[in-house]
Amino acid sequence: MVTDFIRAVIDGVLSGSVYALMAAGLTLIFGVMEVINIAQGILVILGAYLSYVLSVHLGIDLFAGLIITIPVMFILGVGIQWGLMSRLGEREKVSMSILVTYAVAIILEGALDLIFGPSYQQLSAWYVNKSMHVLGFYLPYIYVFGFLLAVVLLGALYFILYRTEFGRSLRAAQQNRTAARLIGIDVNRVSAITFGIGVAVTAAGGMVFGATTSFNANSSADLISRLLTIIILGGMGSIGGAMGASVLMLVIEALVSTFWSPTWATLVFYAVLVVVLAIRPTGLFGQKAVRAQ
Amino acid sequence: MAILSAKAKPISKGKAAVVVAAIAVIAVFPLVFTNPAVTEIAIFALMFMATSEAWNGFAGWSGYFSLGHAVFFGVGAYTFAIIANDYKLPAGSGLFLLMPVAGVVAMVAAVLVGAVALRTKRHTFVVITIGVFFIFQLLGYNLSITAGASGLQVPTPYNWNAATFNNPFYYAAAILLGFTVGLYWIIRRSAFGLQLLAIRDDEERAKGLGVPVWRVKLSAFVISSFPVGMAGALFAFLIGQIYPNTVFNPLFDLSWALMTLVGGIGTIAGPLLGGVVLESVQQYLNLYLSNADIYLIVYGVVFLAVMFWMPRGVVPTVGDALRRRRGAGEATIAATNNGGTDSSSEGKATGSLAGVVQEGGK
Repeated sequence: MVTDFIRAVIDGVLSGSVYALMAAGLTLIFGVMEVINIAQGILVILGAYLSYVLSVHLGIDLFAGLIITIPVMFILGVGIQWGLMSRLGEREKVSMSILVTYAVAIILEGALDLIFGPSYQQLSAWYVNKSMHVLGFYLPYIYVFGFLLAVVLLGALYFILYRTEFGRSLRAAQQNRTAARLIGIDVNRVSAITFGIGVAVTAAGGMVFGATTSFNANSSADLISRLLTIIILGGMGSIGGAMGASVLMLVIEALVSTFWSPTWATLVFYAVLVVVLAIRPTGLFGQKAVRAQ
Repeated sequence: MAILSAKAKPISKGKAAVVVAAIAVIAVFPLVFTNPAVTEIAIFALMFMATSEAWNGFAGWSGYFSLGHAVFFGVGAYTFAIIANDYKLPAGSGLFLLMPVAGVVAMVAAVLVGAVALRTKRHTFVVITIGVFFIFQLLGYNLSITAGASGLQVPTPYNWNAATFNNPFYYAAAILLGFTVGLYWIIRRSAFGLQLLAIRDDEERAKGLGVPVWRVKLSAFVISSFPVGMAGALFAFLIGQIYPNTVFNPLFDLSWALMTLVGGIGTIAGPLLGGVVLESVQQYLNLYLSNADIYLIVYGVVFLAVMFWMPRGVVPTVGDALRRRRGAGEATIAATNNGGTDSSSEGKATGSLAGVVQEGGK
């Protein structure tokens, strides 16, 4: 009983860290541009497929492949911001951004399904199926490595945000776009790079997701609704909130799935969202959180 | 601007003529085109015109984009299937009477969903409707009453004449469409409709001016679920077998949003025009292309193209262009000849509809 409990918590924390990475990208984009990127889910799947292609056809290790896939996804993110999002008018921007990224998502979903077919894939490597033995628990290596990767990348993200000149510009743009522009910050450039970073994390998130779960193009719908739930609970725009909510939600899901049933675990995921919002419309960690328009 | 154009105008003779013509075209369509493949496409077109109109009646007029209206479609479909099966109702035209029942059950669901979702701001609302949608789809997969992934069988009227089998469904869809358009035509001219538009334009200000914001939003949300629930019931009856992912289908909301935006969001005519064109094309592609991926890609590209090049939709853009070219005095004549130039008016709706249906017949 107690062992099951601890195991579920460990599972939740390890997989939650990967969700934290993917959700951080999503909430970062919202924080700076007030854009909700519905395509984040399919971009994660695209990241997984890129790793799949590199490992199966070129024999490149999953983690080494990130050196290629992260820049590719970064460029794609900059492209989406430059080609589509920056051309949206200011009126009804959030709703329009949802529709535009939704359109991008279904185009990518159609294309991936066309290329790779509907059969489920899973990434493989020596560490995917092996486990390490720690204090009586068997931990699959991929979960541990994924956790470490997420911690490193989230650390890097924090470093960029709080210790660099660019991070300062980004946070300025997040607080007040107009004021940031007035003091000479190139807000368009900051937006493009932010979108790039927000999408780049999906390369890493997608690789770990693809190694721990079997996926096809349709997996993106479930993924994006989870990520959206997480960033709302965390208070939209708050990276710390997104990380906290990811770990919390995944731990809850693991506990429900251990002690009740895996079929209901996903439902509990969304039920928590509804209950929390009924009590506290700003999300769990939100202060300014669910911003007024 | 929107508020000014909502002023009740007397219906011109031209518009009335177009409405009558449209009704006549819809009424005789299945008598002229007897091919079941064609009438099936027409049924879906009518159904999606009605549901897009309902989607627009909430989302387009309140400014709250819902991506969870498929919940009400699914609730309507399951209500229909469960009642028909549990009471062992005989398969026949009497089952059409279950459509309003399904609509009412969908409204009950809408009260529950709206009470939570409408507490939040617009963009959070969008996201919550997506979440709620997945809750309902998961319920469909996991509840015993819905029989999970194996779905529910709906009684099929096998004794109906095969040649005219689609006709009762067609006319049920036509009545649903007529009801929905009539409903929103009345709402658009009512004080309630104006309050809704005021919320879209500036919610805080509307509140300040004494609009009971919460009640208006929730009412509009619940009203719009009624036609959608009825359409779900009709869909279940027509298809004969429902599954969680075919009635709680995430593409439905995308379709409604796209049809509305293409046609012109916030207008009566827009969703009708978008619905009849896009749904017909989609059904046609389904029938002859049967490749869901290409259809997804085409859908996404059309969506992007419309949003960037015609963000207000076809009806207002074309309407303005026509009005600019002709003098205002000629507008009434044009309305009779060309299906109307007044984008905010009802004449355009039926005008475009009649035009498209007639074109389809060539």
